[in-house]
Amino acid sequence: MSTSGANTPGAHDPFRRRLLDWFLGSSALALLASIVYPIARFVSPPRVPEATTDQVEAGAINDPALVADGYKIIRFGSEPVIVVKLSDADVRAFSATCTHLACIVEFRKQKHDIYCNCHGGAYNLQGQNIAGPPPRPLTPFKVDLVAKGGGAKAIVVSRA
Amino acid sequence: MSGRWHEIDRWLDERIALGALRQAALHKTVPVHRYSVFYYFGGMTLFFFFVQVVTGILLMLYYRPTPDGAFESVEFLMTTVPFGWLLRSIHSWSANLMIFFAFVHLASVFFMKAYRRPREITWITGCVALFLALAFGFSGYLLPWNQLSFFATRVGTDIAGVLPGIGPWILRFLRGGDRITGGTLSRFYGWHVAILPAMMTFFLGFHVLLVQTLGMSVPPAVEKEAAERRPMRFFPDFALRDLFGWTVALGVLAALAALFPWDLGTKADPFAPAPPGIRPEWYFMFMFQTLKLVPGGEIAGIEYEVVPILCFGVAALLLVLVPFLDRGLARSGRSPLFTVVGVAGVAYIVAMTAWGYQAWTPLYVVLGVAALIVLIAWITRRQDSGGEA
Repeated sequence: MSTSGANTPGAHDPFRRRLLDWFLGSSALALLASIVYPIARFVSPPRVPEATTDQVEAGAINDPALVADGYKIIRFGSEPVIVVKLSDADVRAFSATCTHLACIVEFRKQKHDIYCNCHGGAYNLQGQNIAGPPPRPLTPFKVDLVAKGGGAKAIVVSRA
Repeated sequence: MSGRWHEIDRWLDERIALGALRQAALHKTVPVHRYSVFYYFGGMTLFFFFVQVVTGILLMLYYRPTPDGAFESVEFLMTTVPFGWLLRSIHSWSANLMIFFAFVHLASVFFMKAYRRPREITWITGCVALFLALAFGFSGYLLPWNQLSFFATRVGTDIAGVLPGIGPWILRFLRGGDRITGGTLSRFYGWHVAILPAMMTFFLGFHVLLVQTLGMSVPPAVEKEAAERRPMRFFPDFALRDLFGWTVALGVLAALAALFPWDLGTKADPFAPAPPGIRPEWYFMFMFQTLKLVPGGEIAGIEYEVVPILCFGVAALLLVLVPFLDRGLARSGRSPLFTVVGVAGVAYIVAMTAWGYQAWTPLYVVLGVAALIVLIAWITRRQDSGGEA
């Protein structure tokens, strides 16, 4: 054991002092980490698995909203999808989330384009970004017009 | 002082050294020079902050932070609860005025070079308090859960998400998930009524304490004038002028809230297109307009819009660090470069805001504020030869 205490009462073994300091410091750090880590994990939201949607029926082709505005926004699982009706035989669907900063786009009947009111981004009817800030085209969706017994055709939207 | 009061006073003095505090307050002075009027704007910002605390606590009594209840609870508050419309309107107006006066205060402190030694920490805490005020504005904007606020939050959080590396984590942290949902509303409510107020109390308390202990800074340009003129006593001369300003502010606030009550709009619908004319609060307008101007495209997987977003972040950081960057000021007492950069910054903000609104209003506001400052300077002036001592 140490004998350095023999000279003066205050002069302890420097090695023992350093060791104790190290233990004290590392326990303080461990304590801090054991508090901060759970909090940091707690504030990051968990990823909740969602049922994947592959196909959605988007109503009849003569839906009044679709006829009046030429488009409508449907729920494709949890994401919005825009369905644009150009004629009874030509119905298109794209992701409705603007690729710029995630606003929801609309169809402008007069200008014949898909437009985002947030920052003025415009897409053509192939979903390609043609004006304003959007960096990428809208993701296209597949549209099938399915005949239903007697009535108007139904619009079925599925992942392309 | 009557005998009873005297006794209470002595009792308190023995326990909390009231006399020492009183002596310190009585000896506190404010320098007098041609720019003294700018000393009132910090206090004005503080006044609106107090209004926010009181009205905010009252609004909490009725507000429900859920997607099914938020809009309805604000609607109920505005239509059925006595004076509910007035309280909400005052809260909104006061929030805007608070941020406006914080900007005026920031600009005046910047141009008067008050950030120089030994007030660097006062400057930093003030900048942090301003950023917290903006965070208050952003989080509070979503709470009514209307269409405008829904999209503003969608865009605002998406901006954080485009940052390379840490962006996606920040986005999920802010939204409480991948999308704007009830989880986002809970989070924003928690920020707005608990986390931000706690942080603001700390930073603002520190800021005001430093202002009290260090005293008012005299701009280098008028040091000679301030040395020649007799300073103004804080109590009662300056404090009464402050009080007068606060009274006028309260009147203006009540008039604005009553004559131009804040709109509630329509309830948020996550599956509706963004309405035309959508825009953020005026104090984010210059950034919004800048983002509109950046063309679409990406280079090496990084979208162009990241550039202005990073620039604004860097500008905010530089603003905080101004006391340490402005070396010339310490050497020669002058820093014309910083004045020029400041003027350019203000011009950019005003021009972009005007462009964003397609109106000259922001320019009129700047001119109006200049006129207001001259008016306040005239009202609060002190003739050195006058009887006021």
